[in-house]
Amino acid sequence: MKKLSILITAFLFTITAMAGTLKITQNSSNANTHKLWKEKVIPMFEKENPGINVEMTIYDHEAYKTAIRNFLQAEPPDVVNWFSGNRMKFFVDQGLFEDVSDVWKKHGLNSQLSAARSTMTVNGKQWGVPLTYYQWGVYYRTDIFKKYGLGEPRSIADLMHICATLKKNGITPFTIGTKYLWTAAGWFDFLNLRVNGYDFHMGLMDGNISYEDKRLDKVFDIWGDLARKGYFIENHASLSWQEGQAPMLNGDAAMYLMGNFVVGNLQEGGLTGKIGYFQFPVIDGNVRTWEEAPTDSVHIPSKAKNKADARKFLAFLARPDIQSMVAEVEGMLPTNNQSPAPSDEFLKIGFKVLSESAGLAQFYDRDTNPEMAKEGMKGFQEFMVKPDREKQIRKRIEKVRKRIFKK
Amino acid sequence: MQANFWDRNQLKLAPVFFLAPAMLLFAVYVLYPIFSSLRISFFEWDGVGEMIWIGFGNYIEMWEDDRVHTAIKNNFIWLICFLLAPPLSLALGIFLNQNLTELKFIKSLFFFPFVVSPVVVGLIFSWFYNPKYGLLDSFLEFIGLNPLAVLSNENIVTFGIIIAALWPQIAYCLILYLTGLAGLNKEIVEAAKIDGAKGWSMFWNVILPQLRPATFIAVIVSVLGALRSFDLVAIMTRGGPWGSSTVLAYEMVEQAIFNYRMGYGAALATILFLILDIYIAWFLIRVWLNEKGRL
Repeated sequence: MKKLSILITAFLFTITAMAGTLKITQNSSNANTHKLWKEKVIPMFEKENPGINVEMTIYDHEAYKTAIRNFLQAEPPDVVNWFSGNRMKFFVDQGLFEDVSDVWKKHGLNSQLSAARSTMTVNGKQWGVPLTYYQWGVYYRTDIFKKYGLGEPRSIADLMHICATLKKNGITPFTIGTKYLWTAAGWFDFLNLRVNGYDFHMGLMDGNISYEDKRLDKVFDIWGDLARKGYFIENHASLSWQEGQAPMLNGDAAMYLMGNFVVGNLQEGGLTGKIGYFQFPVIDGNVRTWEEAPTDSVHIPSKAKNKADARKFLAFLARPDIQSMVAEVEGMLPTNNQSPAPSDEFLKIGFKVLSESAGLAQFYDRDTNPEMAKEGMKGFQEFMVKPDREKQIRKRIEKVRKRIFKK
Repeated sequence: MQANFWDRNQLKLAPVFFLAPAMLLFAVYVLYPIFSSLRISFFEWDGVGEMIWIGFGNYIEMWEDDRVHTAIKNNFIWLICFLLAPPLSLALGIFLNQNLTELKFIKSLFFFPFVVSPVVVGLIFSWFYNPKYGLLDSFLEFIGLNPLAVLSNENIVTFGIIIAALWPQIAYCLILYLTGLAGLNKEIVEAAKIDGAKGWSMFWNVILPQLRPATFIAVIVSVLGALRSFDLVAIMTRGGPWGSSTVLAYEMVEQAIFNYRMGYGAALATILFLILDIYIAWFLIRVWLNEKGRL
């Protein structure tokens, strides 16, 4: 009897599943995001689209990165979270993501989502919809800057002057925690974007340019100069990015090159009203200011069962009102330019910086091949501690590049 | 006649049936993965897309890969340092093997690290080594020395991790030796005493030979522990700084899982497997000779 009832339930379940179940994933590590999706985003969609029943599976953020490789091939959900740029391209090249250019065309997304369009495009087609992004830049202690009469730098010379002043007064200019490597890549990206610009940077990311190229010398010169003068905190290779916040909280360090997600932590640490933000300063006046803005996105797996409803869901998620709702909870920016401007002061600056920028890079480990990123970032970490090994480090990274890109 | 078949062959068939479930599981979960990963090691494969046959390409690359050299060097350091575990725990065991009630409590404290999960051990030691807020540096500062960033110094990081790993390893060997010491033949010890043996000669000629089985097991678990070390490296440094504390097992996971290189990861696994094989073969031969000697 019990068996029979299980069978019946299973049968009924399949029937309802056939009547428009949309399976989606959620990989945010933010509990408020889970709540928002469960209580607002999904019910709103279901109300507007009667007959569609959305099922959300929540994954751990890190575990998701390996899980997705398995389920995309076997039994994928209908809509998945992922990251735009090279990480997306990896699956596009395998034929595992669906071309959704039609959604972009039909709902006028090409103009509304113009800022992130290039990062969603491979071979002239769009393979997903961007949800949110956030700015990177230098977060600094306004009280410390005021104490020593310092202002926000506009050029690298200004920045060097600030660093020298702080160092003289016993304050380490920059904090950082490179234990998990990626924070070092933020420095490389910005220096390279400011010295050589976007096209060169992307050429490097795509494996077309050598890491021993002369044009990179200046990047390592400036970076090495900062490291040799002790402008980064000591022993940063022992610290995670979170632990790297501590010197800034207790006033031992004054600046942190980081993504906007750092603000919440610094405020909780008691720095509300004492934090400022400035854009990474200009190094070469002839190079336009490109910014880093990692974009989180949603995609339809090519083996998804319910692609029709998935397309509706993607169009729904691209809408200005939904985007700002999701972005607000995450402390990020909506990618839709019709979304109302954010109210938070850091998001406001970020919005301005990103919309005025010449273009957006994703971040080193999202823009280049995963293995290249890993080996490159190990080299960057080493360089920040042992800048005198520049030659060997670049040679080693170049060896990896040659093997991976076969060029 | 049919009914008699079972009766006739019962003695031969019964062991097969009893062994079958275990053999089946062994085949599915141990033998198949070994051959499957051996096969993958001849391909270039990102885990998702097409598998490209490259023959011994992965092995040739390994030959000139600096990371692999570092990993093998570190595995060797692990091996040497882990061989300290048996003598250290023997010394500790002899000290603790006294009939004092107070020592019972202390004994249990020595077992403690063995019970704790390696993740916890790794975290505790990471905090202990923290160059700014860790206990180690508070101590160094107290005696007037400069702080030492153990986990971000490429020259000492491996030793830092090994010390953390030795903590539970010594506790493990200690258990083996305490059991061994409890089972000493008192008559032999008495006889030796009458013959005038004491101190070092007593230990070397009378006690230690009786502890041979315990020593044998202790050396084996230590060597295996050193070669398959992975957890503490993953927790404490992730192979860093800049890959200087990596070991073969960690490098394998990093290549396969994080770098999307299943083939190369499988090739590393094969090499590790071969190294372990040499050792296991030696172990089995010794066990076999031992048994034969007794028979």
